[in-house]
Amino acid sequence: MRPLLIALLLIAPLTAIAAGGGSVPYSHDTNLGNQASLQRGAKLFMNYCSGCHSLQYMRYQRIGEDLGIPEEVMENNLMMTGGKIHDTIQGTMPKEKAAGWFGTEPPDLSLIARERGADWLYSFLLTFYLDDSRPSGVNNLVMSNTAMPAVLAPLQGFQARKHASSEEGGEHAEGEHAEAQLELVQEGRLSPGEYRAAMGDLVNFMVYVGEPAKMVRYSLGFKVIVFLLLFTGLAYLLKREFWRDVH
Amino acid sequence: MANKFMNWVDARFPATQLWNEHIGQYYAPKNFNFWYYMGSLAMLVLVNQLVTGIWLAMFYTPSAAEAFGSVAYIMRDVEWGWLIRYMHSTGASFFFIVVYLHMFRALLYGSYRKPRELLWIFGCLIYLALMAEAFMGYVLPWGNMSYWGAQVIISLFSAIPVVGEQLTTWIRGDFVIGDATLNRFFALHVVALPFVLVGLVIAHIMALHHVGSNNPDGIEIKAKKGDDGHPVDGIPFHPYYTVKDLFGVGVFLILFAGVIFFAPEFGGFFLEPPNFTEANPSVTPEHIAPVWYFTPFYAMLRAVPDKLGGVIVMFSAVLIMFVLPWLDRSKVKSVRYKGLIFKGALASFVVAFIVLGYIGTQAPSPTLTLIARIGTIVYFGFFLLMPLYSVLDRTKPVPERVTK
Repeated sequence: MRPLLIALLLIAPLTAIAAGGGSVPYSHDTNLGNQASLQRGAKLFMNYCSGCHSLQYMRYQRIGEDLGIPEEVMENNLMMTGGKIHDTIQGTMPKEKAAGWFGTEPPDLSLIARERGADWLYSFLLTFYLDDSRPSGVNNLVMSNTAMPAVLAPLQGFQARKHASSEEGGEHAEGEHAEAQLELVQEGRLSPGEYRAAMGDLVNFMVYVGEPAKMVRYSLGFKVIVFLLLFTGLAYLLKREFWRDVH
Repeated sequence: MANKFMNWVDARFPATQLWNEHIGQYYAPKNFNFWYYMGSLAMLVLVNQLVTGIWLAMFYTPSAAEAFGSVAYIMRDVEWGWLIRYMHSTGASFFFIVVYLHMFRALLYGSYRKPRELLWIFGCLIYLALMAEAFMGYVLPWGNMSYWGAQVIISLFSAIPVVGEQLTTWIRGDFVIGDATLNRFFALHVVALPFVLVGLVIAHIMALHHVGSNNPDGIEIKAKKGDDGHPVDGIPFHPYYTVKDLFGVGVFLILFAGVIFFAPEFGGFFLEPPNFTEANPSVTPEHIAPVWYFTPFYAMLRAVPDKLGGVIVMFSAVLIMFVLPWLDRSKVKSVRYKGLIFKGALASFVVAFIVLGYIGTQAPSPTLTLIARIGTIVYFGFFLLMPLYSVLDRTKPVPERVTK
C-alpha cells in the first residue's frame, strides 16, 4: 500500500493549485437542492435579465421539468419573449442594436456560472456603485467599467463608494473590504439582507443553468460509487482466493 | 460441443494459440506490486476513450460555427450526453496520470534495459501519439482556451528557420486558426491518431510478451525454469493477474467515478473555466496555459529566452526519452539494488518534473522562470549525466530469485 500512498501524495498537490481568477469580495454557497430558491431565481432571471441576456442553450421546458414549474405557469408567467415551451431562451433585444446602445453585446449567460464561478457572479450582482464617469451612471467592483446598467437598482437601491477608500482602480477588491468600500445611499424595495438572499437565488439558478446535469450528477455518482465499492470488495476476495496458492 | 467448435476454429484461426501466448500461458513474475496495475489500467482508459469518443462523434459537429454549440447540446439535450462527455474529458487526464505512473515504474525498475529497448521505444511513441491526440482533442470543443492554446502551440512551429511561417499556415490550413484547422484536427483526432495509437499498443504488447515482463527486482525470471519448462518465479497471467487487475480496475473506477460525478472540472485542471466561453479571436484569455499534463514541457519552453531555443528544448525533453536504454549503464536494473547516486538523481528528476508542471500552470514571473531553468537543467541532467553516474553508483548484489 505504501507506493499507492506515495502516488496519491504526488498527485495531491495538483488539487491545491486551484487554477482560479483573482479573489472576489463575497462567496456564495450554491444550493441546488432548494427548489423554491431555484424557482425564485428563475423568476428573477426572466424578469430582470432576459430582456438583454439570452440563455441560448437552455430550454423553457427543461427548466420547467427540472425545477417543478408546471407548463401553464411557465408559459403564462416566465416566457417573456414569446416562443414555444421547447424553445431555447432568446433575449428580446436585437443583438446589433444592443451592441450600439451598450457598446458591447450583452453576453449569453448559459455558461456564465461555469466560466466565472458562483462567487464571482454573486459578488458582481452585489457590488454595483454610483460612478458619474460611466455612461450608465454605475460601475462595478469586480468587473470594472462594466457596460451593464444598474438593472437591479429598483431592488437593491444605489450604493456609493466610501470616501476613505475611494482610490482609483481596484478591480479585484480584497476579501471583506467590499462591505467597507460601499454604502447604501438610496434604498431599494428590498432590505440589504433580502437583496442578498434574492441574489443567492439568482446565482443558484445560474449555476443550475450552467450545468443542468448537476441536478442528478451527485446522487447518481453516490450510487455508482456504492456499487463500485461492492464490486471492488468482491474482486479483492476473488483475488485473495486465487492467490492462496502463490508462494 | 464447445471443444469441437474450438477445434473447428483453431484449424482456421489460431484462437487458442493467441489466448495461450498472451493470456492463458503467459508467465508473468509473481512479485508485481502497485506500479504494475498501470499497464492494464492504461488499456482500460484507452477503451473508455475509444467508446465514449465514438458516441461523442455521433453528436458533435466539427465546424467553427457549430462546434461549441454542439458540445452544449451534448451536455444538455443528448440523453446521458453529459456523462459520456465527462467520461471522455476525465479519461483524457486519467490517461496521462496512468501513463506517467507507468513510465515512472519503468524508471524505477529499469524496464527499458536490454532486452526491452524496443518495448520502451514503442512506449515512447505511444506517449508521443497520445500527446498529439490530446492536443487535437482539446481544440475540438472550440472554447476560448481551445482556440488560444492551439494558437500558441501551432505558432511554435513558426520558430523553425526558413520554412516556419509556411509550415504553420500548412498545419492550420488557413492564415489563422479556423474552420479548416478544426476539421482536420477532428479527422486526425477521431481517425488517424486512434489508429496509430491502437497499432502502437499492439506492438508494445507483442514486444512485452516476446521478451517477458520485468519485475520490481529487475531479474529475468526466464533464467530459472522449472521441470515443466515454465519460469519458477512466474505465474500464468490468467487467472492470477486477471483477477488481480480486476481489483485494480475497481479501485481505479472508484477514483475515476469520483472525479466524473463530483469534480469533473477538477478545480479547473481537467476542464478550464475560460473554455466555457466560445472561441473568440479578439478576446485573449487572461492567462493561457495548456492542460496540466503538458505543463512541465510548457514550463521548459518558457524557461528558454529564445523562441527557437525553447522549442528545441521542449521537443528534446520528449525525444531524449527514446535513448534512455543506452544511457543507463548500471550493473543492475532495479532501483532496489541501485545506490544512492541513482536514487538521488531519480528523486531530483521527479521533483523537477512536478515543479515544472506547477510552474507551467502559473503566469510567468522572474522567480518562477529562474526555478524553471533550474528544473530544466535537472530534467536534462538526469538523462545526459546518466552514463556517468550510473557507472559510479555503488550497486548492491542482485538475488537469484525474486523477493516478496
